[in-house]
Amino acid sequence: MATIYVDDRPCRVDPQQNLLHVCLSLGFNLPYFCWHPALGSVGACRQCAVKLFRDAHDRRGKLVMACMTPVADGARISLADPDALAFRAGIIEGMMHNHPHDCPVCDEGGECHLQDMTVMTGHDYRRYSFPKRTFRNQYLGPLVNHEMNRCIQCYRCVRFYREYAGGRDFNVFGIRNLVYFGRYQDGVLENEFAGNLDEVCPTGVFTDATHKRHYTRKWDLQFAPSICIHCGVGCNLSPGERYGLLRRIVNRYHQDLNSYFLCDRGRYGYEFVNSESRLRQARLGIAAGKWQSLAAQPAAAWLGKLLAAGDVIGIGSPRASLEANYALRLAVGPRRFFAGVSDVELRLLRLAADLLRRQPAPTLREMESADAVLVLGEDVTNTAPRMALSLRQAVRQQPLAELEPLKIPVWLDHAAREAAQERRGPFYIATPAATRLDDIAAETWHAAPGELARLGFAVARVLDESAPAVADLPPPVQALAGRIAAALSSARRPLVVSGLACRSAALLEASANIALALRRSRQDHARLAIAVPEANSLGLALLDPRPLSEAAGAEALIVLENDLYRRASASWVDELLAGERRLIALDCLEHPTTRRASLVLPAAAWSEDEGTFVNYEGRAQRYFAACPPPGEIQSSWRWLRDAMREAGREAAAGWQSLDDLLAGLARDLPALAPVLNAAPPADFRMAGARIPRQPHRYSGRTAILANLDVSEPPPPPDPDSPLAYSMEGNPDQPPAALLPFAWAPGWNSYQAWNKFQEEIYGPLRGGNPGVLLLAPEPRPAGDFFRNVPPPLAGRDGEWLLLPLYHIFGSEMLSRYAPAIRQLSPAPYLALSAADAGSLGLHAGENVALWLDGRAITLSLKIRPDLPPGCAGVPAGLEALPALELPAWSRIERGHG
Amino acid sequence: MFGIVRTIWDVFRHGFQPRVTRQYPEQPAYLPPRWRGRIILSRDPDGGERCVACYLCAIVCPVDCIALQATEDAAGRRYPEFFRINFSRCIFCGYCEDACPTYAIQLTPDFEMSEFRRQNLVYEKEDLLISGPGKYPGYNFWRVAGVKIGGKDKGESENEAPPADLRQLLP
Amino acid sequence: MVSPHPLVSLLAILLLALTLASGLIWFERRLLAWWQDRYGPNRVGPFGLLQVLADMIKIFAKEDWVPPFADKVAFILAPAIIVVTVLLSFAVLPFAPGVIVSDLNIALLFFLAMSSLGVYSIVLAGWSSDNKYSLLGGMRAAAQMLSYEVFMGLSLMGVVLLAGTFSLNGIVRAQRHLWFIVPQFAGFLLFFIAGLAETRRLPFDLPEAESELVAGFHSEYSGMKFGMFFVGEYLGITLISAMIAILFFGGWLGPGLPPLLWFFLKLFCFLSLFILMRAALPRPRFDQLMAWAWKLLLPLALLNLLVTGALVLAFLPRR
Repeated sequence: MATIYVDDRPCRVDPQQNLLHVCLSLGFNLPYFCWHPALGSVGACRQCAVKLFRDAHDRRGKLVMACMTPVADGARISLADPDALAFRAGIIEGMMHNHPHDCPVCDEGGECHLQDMTVMTGHDYRRYSFPKRTFRNQYLGPLVNHEMNRCIQCYRCVRFYREYAGGRDFNVFGIRNLVYFGRYQDGVLENEFAGNLDEVCPTGVFTDATHKRHYTRKWDLQFAPSICIHCGVGCNLSPGERYGLLRRIVNRYHQDLNSYFLCDRGRYGYEFVNSESRLRQARLGIAAGKWQSLAAQPAAAWLGKLLAAGDVIGIGSPRASLEANYALRLAVGPRRFFAGVSDVELRLLRLAADLLRRQPAPTLREMESADAVLVLGEDVTNTAPRMALSLRQAVRQQPLAELEPLKIPVWLDHAAREAAQERRGPFYIATPAATRLDDIAAETWHAAPGELARLGFAVARVLDESAPAVADLPPPVQALAGRIAAALSSARRPLVVSGLACRSAALLEASANIALALRRSRQDHARLAIAVPEANSLGLALLDPRPLSEAAGAEALIVLENDLYRRASASWVDELLAGERRLIALDCLEHPTTRRASLVLPAAAWSEDEGTFVNYEGRAQRYFAACPPPGEIQSSWRWLRDAMREAGREAAAGWQSLDDLLAGLARDLPALAPVLNAAPPADFRMAGARIPRQPHRYSGRTAILANLDVSEPPPPPDPDSPLAYSMEGNPDQPPAALLPFAWAPGWNSYQAWNKFQEEIYGPLRGGNPGVLLLAPEPRPAGDFFRNVPPPLAGRDGEWLLLPLYHIFGSEMLSRYAPAIRQLSPAPYLALSAADAGSLGLHAGENVALWLDGRAITLSLKIRPDLPPGCAGVPAGLEALPALELPAWSRIERGHG
Repeated sequence: MFGIVRTIWDVFRHGFQPRVTRQYPEQPAYLPPRWRGRIILSRDPDGGERCVACYLCAIVCPVDCIALQATEDAAGRRYPEFFRINFSRCIFCGYCEDACPTYAIQLTPDFEMSEFRRQNLVYEKEDLLISGPGKYPGYNFWRVAGVKIGGKDKGESENEAPPADLRQLLP
Repeated sequence: MVSPHPLVSLLAILLLALTLASGLIWFERRLLAWWQDRYGPNRVGPFGLLQVLADMIKIFAKEDWVPPFADKVAFILAPAIIVVTVLLSFAVLPFAPGVIVSDLNIALLFFLAMSSLGVYSIVLAGWSSDNKYSLLGGMRAAAQMLSYEVFMGLSLMGVVLLAGTFSLNGIVRAQRHLWFIVPQFAGFLLFFIAGLAETRRLPFDLPEAESELVAGFHSEYSGMKFGMFFVGEYLGITLISAMIAILFFGGWLGPGLPPLLWFFLKLFCFLSLFILMRAALPRPRFDQLMAWAWKLLLPLALLNLLVTGALVLAFLPRR
């Protein structure tokens, strides 16, 4: 630690950092624009000027840019010096010359860093009377809105989009005072992280286009601490609600996971909650396609009668909370509780959980500091998007380690990048098809999943002689394995990334072998990350469900927040539901399974519900409701509790709150008991008060419902959490797991997160939220997996059909959001050019895909990156039937 | 002692002086134009709604009696989808008028709005909107704001240069 | 002049006194407003006359609440005492020749006795309410009324000396040639001041001084019990005004007009004077109030009695 004197006050600070970083860490208000905790310093905006003095006797000092000046022990600086104040006010005044007079209609207003900094520096009156320069805006797609007049040329957007996120279709154009940030021409921003421009931009040039359609100021949103439901990474976010409508998602800082950035699926997928397809009323199927609405009590009684009769099985869900799944498990009994995922997926999830017990998974922050990466079989950008952004940082960060001799600090971004030039960390990608990370890879290899697994086994074998050998490996692949092994073994923090996308156990085993081999060679920092498909995939697996294929033979079937037609072939599901069997579906959205159900119970959407998700690390994180569920809708576990109460089940009848359920869960499954610590219980209070979900300036309290009844109702009670649906409560910083939004006096923008961290870009005060459920056993045992798959034997006239994932489209819930739906692809069949040629087919033609003896007609797309003998179809599109992929199929020229 | 008698006499004489009470409602009171009474929403000189649904009146309201929702027309002009004032809560402090950046919300010299049912004190946009510009005849926010709306392209606001030509490279 | 049957007089006087007392509410408010350049109640009925009715309806409709901590019997009894004692005094007042309930030969003493009993009402109300403000008010009332009673009686002795009788009828008749205001001006002043203090009217309303004691002895009273105090106060004013008219201004005596009219004319003059006091004067401190009573007014009353006695001995023929 070094000591610096800020306005003659001695402060202990991190000597590796710059003055701006440490001043903000100390809690001082120092304005800045171009600096960003994750992007480093470039000294472009000249806003963070401070006075630096030679010694204690120096009264004159000199102005320096705090973000560009390294901390020196004993340095004396002044933030309040009149020269520095005048300089900073002058800079703002210059920026405001051309800023349009449109704050009232600007979506950034009220959460605008430029507004905050202008107020902080005291500039209030425009003296410059010449015309303002204007720009034309661009259409940047359904997610991001562009209003270029507002730009202050801080360059954060290009630095994030091009350098941090690796986008290519966005840049800075023009010269002198006509600098333009945008695309070469109108069009949808290609990068999957473009939505972060909304928060990265210090003013309103880039704003949330979905939010614009139901715009609400930040101070009017009722926020909740929540976890993303759209993939298994478990990013922390804050959904904001007003007038009963979910309005937007903003990032919620978590040091180990998403830090300052979200993917676009997580940020914009929220609109499914407002979808027309929401189920709002319990209903009973009385005849094919005919429904009868039912009140809540009779609906629960109906289900309760079935439960009492006893012959009921339950199918859980990887996107329902741990609590809802447990409630179902308790309702039907552990032997009658089945996984709501395919058998292969369940087996892989169990394997992933076993691997997590051997060795902890890396956090995203740890991935960013990996110095050699192998991605095996997973299209990370499309299955666990936020992880891909972190992997990209690994490649960018690795060369910076070599800068030490040059004495260039890592945070001095421009100089560091200049020194690193085009050097990139070793990054190897072996996947079935091209991925969005290929541009940073040292080498890529596209092959069928089995072949990829064989490569993985080969790498492990090179690293460790005791690993199983791979027979008949072609020399080029063997050579590739050698290069990958060399890169991994020479790294200090090597990382292997795999996942469930290929539905291949061999791939996971191969990845585990590599990680084990690395650790046996004393690389203690070697890590294995396994991307899981859905928000609570691991949580479901930890409840020990039986495989879905064994579900049969009961009178009635409860399906929890799940569309079975996505999980198994239509014929199998039809057979399961055939006959007099009763189907009870609990879900928030209408889908093929609910359409077939005898009884539909409207479940709360995730933003109206409270529960726990277990992410890819095995980290249990609690999410909270941004608003209570409307009308007759209630949490799945409450429906099941009501039914169990009707059925006279003692254990669940007394559940009044989520905590009661969790207590039962911890008693029943002691291994999951740590889940109690994921967040403070509902009776937690800060100085006797609840934690407000609304900002303290939430408006309209006495008018929102005045059109219905002029007498205001009390705020809805919340028995499940220590949060209040109110602006009233304790204003201090709550524990990180309960932090609904970031606001600090003078900091209305998302830069306010700086005020909630122990150190800038460090942990939130009170520690990072979430608990790891799968702590590694004390002595990590484990041996190499020895089932090396044989080489892929091509079949004549048949193609190996592979799932191709799409960030927009492959995930079910987000597809109900209009903006995401607009970006999701139309169904297609992909073939490599050679294979298409051999069939005499051209792009755009209709082809018939034969599977299970049935033909599906699809439009052909040529994907040159597909390995020969393989075909691909987009995964998870509703227009396509559920397919157990990979699978062999025939392809013919289609008709029409 | 004399003072007491003098006081009594003075008070007695007051009985023969004119009375200051004004017999409202037979004699209506004069209210200055800046008197803070019933709130209205005005229109700009072109007849368009002045309110741009910026929510500033709502946040500044100390009794939180204003609720609104912003929306946009096809050309990008923002306006309130609904605008509700609960006058049974309003304290006529006038902060909303102070906060309004477009002179849309104005307080008027009218206070005669008693109702027998409290529910009738909830005013919606239709009840609030008047047909004129109120106290500020000339102002039109959209002529100043640097955004594009129907009938006004980029660079056509007051004190704006035409949109920059990004293809030219002259220094 | 035919004198009506005493029972008729009794009923008529009772009715009249009560109506007068409630009418005074309106009268006082209008008069105060007049002196304060206002209008006062003028909306309910012609000239706001029905305001009294509205107030009556209101006060009868109010919840009649006895605080649970109060001494119930005394609490309920207290407001009745004041009305009863004041109304009893009305029995000896000669309104006009023959218009009297009971022409007592010791009427003046009866009046003094009744007004001393009135203090019980206030003290009981203050004590039974079990409230520190009420108790303070009650104590003030006790001290104030006892102190002022002493020279109230003494101030009237001059009149008695001149008239040679305690009968009020006799006193009025004794003024046929000269109203006693002339020889007994000092007595009049003393009696007027004592009367203000006895009825706890402004400026001597220290027992209920709302700026210090909430509402003094009747803080806990509501509904018609409070109304009784209210009516009691106005009855008291009427009584004192009537006494002034009878003792110093010749009662019903006067030229031209019927005697009853003369009486009421005088009565209203003094009622107005009471109200003018309220409109004009601020409330003294309690210690000032007590000091005046004992150090100034009591000696003055004694002096007045001495001088009057001496003069009567010297000049008036012995009867």
